[in-house]
Amino acid sequence: MYELEVNGRIHQVDVDADTPLLWVLRDELGLTGTKYGCGVAACGACTIHIDGNPICSCVTPVSVGVGRRITTIEGLRSQIAAAVQAAWEELDVVQCGYCQSGQIMSAVALLEKKPRPDDADIDVAMGGNLCRCATYQRIRAAIHLAATRLAEPRA
Amino acid sequence: MSAAWIENASRRRFLKAGSGLALAIYLPLNAAAKTQPERSFAPNAFVRIGEDDTVTVIVKHLEMGQGTYTGLPTLVAEELDADWAQIRVEGAPANTALHGNLLLGKIQGTFGSTSLANSFEQFRRAGATARAMLVAAAAERWQVPAASIGVAGGVVSHAPSGRTARFGELAAAAAELPLPNKVDLKNPADFVLIGKGVKRKDSRAKIDGSAQFTQDVRLPGMLLALVAHPPWFGARAKRFDAEKTRAVRGVVDVVAIPSGVAVLATNFWAAKKGRDRLKVEWDASAAFGQCTHDIVDEFRGLLEQPGRIARSEGECAAALDAAAHRLVADFEFPYLAHAAMEPLNCVVRLDANGCEIWNGEQFQTADQMAVAAVTGLAPEQIKLNMLYAGGSFGRRASSKADYLVEAVHIAKAIGGRAPVKLMWTREDDMRGGYYRPMYVHRLEAGLDRDGALVAWQHRIVGQSIAAGTVAESLMVRDGVDRLSVEGAIDLPYAVPNLRVDLHSPQLGVPVLWFRSVGSLHTAFAIETFIDELAAKASQDAVAFRRRLLAQQPRHLGVLELAAAKGDWGRPLARGAKGERRGRGIAVHQCFGSVVAQVVEVTVRADRSFKVDRVVCAVDCGLAVNPDIVRAQMEGGIGFGLSAALHGRITLREGIVEQFNFTEYPILRMNEMPRVEVHIVASAAPPSGVGEPATPVIGPALANALFAASGERLRQLPLRFDQAPSAWGWHAGAATPLHEGCTQEDRPCSPSVA
Repeated sequence: MYELEVNGRIHQVDVDADTPLLWVLRDELGLTGTKYGCGVAACGACTIHIDGNPICSCVTPVSVGVGRRITTIEGLRSQIAAAVQAAWEELDVVQCGYCQSGQIMSAVALLEKKPRPDDADIDVAMGGNLCRCATYQRIRAAIHLAATRLAEPRA
Repeated sequence: MSAAWIENASRRRFLKAGSGLALAIYLPLNAAAKTQPERSFAPNAFVRIGEDDTVTVIVKHLEMGQGTYTGLPTLVAEELDADWAQIRVEGAPANTALHGNLLLGKIQGTFGSTSLANSFEQFRRAGATARAMLVAAAAERWQVPAASIGVAGGVVSHAPSGRTARFGELAAAAAELPLPNKVDLKNPADFVLIGKGVKRKDSRAKIDGSAQFTQDVRLPGMLLALVAHPPWFGARAKRFDAEKTRAVRGVVDVVAIPSGVAVLATNFWAAKKGRDRLKVEWDASAAFGQCTHDIVDEFRGLLEQPGRIARSEGECAAALDAAAHRLVADFEFPYLAHAAMEPLNCVVRLDANGCEIWNGEQFQTADQMAVAAVTGLAPEQIKLNMLYAGGSFGRRASSKADYLVEAVHIAKAIGGRAPVKLMWTREDDMRGGYYRPMYVHRLEAGLDRDGALVAWQHRIVGQSIAAGTVAESLMVRDGVDRLSVEGAIDLPYAVPNLRVDLHSPQLGVPVLWFRSVGSLHTAFAIETFIDELAAKASQDAVAFRRRLLAQQPRHLGVLELAAAKGDWGRPLARGAKGERRGRGIAVHQCFGSVVAQVVEVTVRADRSFKVDRVVCAVDCGLAVNPDIVRAQMEGGIGFGLSAALHGRITLREGIVEQFNFTEYPILRMNEMPRVEVHIVASAAPPSGVGEPATPVIGPALANALFAASGERLRQLPLRFDQAPSAWGWHAGAATPLHEGCTQEDRPCSPSVA
């Protein structure tokens, strides 16, 4: 039995020790916004935050999450996250959408550490998130847009 | 827990929709039907207007990213004069008579970039009909002439009296009226949504994680199934030992099915661990066991012999012999995996009365037939729920319904005692076949003394996609699969002597259509060869094409637009020390649309290269949603670039050598060039946008690489320093395994020992 804090709520899960967090979130907690894409940390579709850092949940065993703050796409609440999601919507970034939870989790983590990223920062921070529809140009633009909006003085 | 979760999810979606905050997506479960308004007005199969004022558009095509859940509702909303915010979207059920693809005969399916084109009049008419009936209902209620009533932004109004009504207030009355005999469609000058651009209907749900993909479906009591597939195509399980599998907590059953051995469990991880512990002995006696280099050699041999004629004009052989200059070039294209981000999956519930399937459903007609054949049910007893697909690129329109049939076999094998979700892991998806076929091409052309093109001979060798499938009768004529030669048989360049012929060798590797299908290889060969001919004739690549395209105004239109916007003929900014830069162009028509692209590339000192900028011009007829057209050009370019830079599935003794994105890389953020899209203004009916950008980037890039380096690359993926003789078709290159083969780093072993 493991105790996990996910999106601010405490859950008890009875799973094997080697179960990746991805499958705890999806199969045990019904949080299906986090996606399976590769299982080997090569695509980023399963990106979540542990204590604010983006990680691939498909290769992270459940035990790693114990005692830490886990955030999934369903639990995004910050001002930065709202700005990122608004920018995504404004630019109609999504196509098939399957990778976009992971893209947004990585983008939010980037802006939390670096409020005004340049293109090279985006290449690095988003380099682990594949998009087969190749929405990359709009992802880049949406990150810049969110950064700009967040830098504006609040009315 | 599952049932409760489903109920809650459905309710949440309905409430959101009702309050106008967000869009309802497809509600996949029967429980969800309860949440529809008690009374609604549904004048046809495509529109339903609720008393709560929502307008639900029933979309017959799969939303897999291309924007059809926005495009088709736009057509309805336009003619209905609805407010875009009141529009909801629902996926259509399987019903070929009602929801068939009007461009493809008696078939319900989503392919050929036809969604908008085939629906353009049908969905506008559906909206116009609903509007006429709402107006008639208002006219009756207010006792005024229908002609004096207007509709705008979802409000029906009678200006002289100042009376207004929302759609929902009129829905019940409209439902009692007879269908109008005839409705008029708007004059395009009066469009307020079409051509102006509305926001995507699926954005919010895909941004907040609530969008339901097949991967996310949970039914009460559902079991999760993974299948141990044989490592070779055509092999079968002889016997298996599941003792260790059954010992895994959560594993419920292990069953043999025709395509392998299925492990059923209460969750994915248990099924995965169970499958890892399964021992299967395979019967490979009928398996395909060739290496890809063997296949290339065989195909190259066929290049020396005439194939079946796909098109013949004039006297090609004689004209080639008589030409002042004669050029020949061979091209090689590997197998490609679709590798959509959502690996293949589907959910099946099977009982005595029928079979219900949840799937990113792309080919209803074929899937119903295939599942009917396996279950003994009638096709109409197969209920198909169409969910969002996390990409497809053709793979979910499986010509043999392979993964649906597999899931149904599993459900059958356990006697239908639980719903089954079949999941393929990434490795299953990558290694499971149904690839874009390998092709080898030879192009031969003659120029006269003035550099004019006098003869063109195009020979293509590769497996037929349609032969032996439901698509055969539609696509294969006189032994020529149109899907193998499209783009080549409709060569746009004026040439008096033309021959296109085809060899379609049969191999045991399952193949399938792949975004832009035949054009992905034919456009590469044609557009890079035209570039060679222009160079041979000492002419500018645009000027050379311009002369040959005099009778092709749409090609000329995009060519000139791309050239102008892409600074064609102007010097490129210099690269850093040791870098060489180049610009290339290509143009191609497919799926009714014409696309031209100008590519700028930088070749580094180590001969790696970076695509810097792509300027794309598209003529797709009327652009119903210009922003989605731009998105499809951007994405189509990125997808085509991924194939051009990385895409390659290889076989060693029949075993697929790629496992995951680690061996089959796809385009990443840092490789995506800056893309600028320019849309030709057009009043012609809309044509496809999902596929036409994809085949153009490869040849435009190869031409740019030539401009930078002076070298012609004719093998995909594009690499410098890959001489044909050294090209083993194997990832990595080290110790020879056997003659012609090379050993790669990763031991090639079956996925299941």
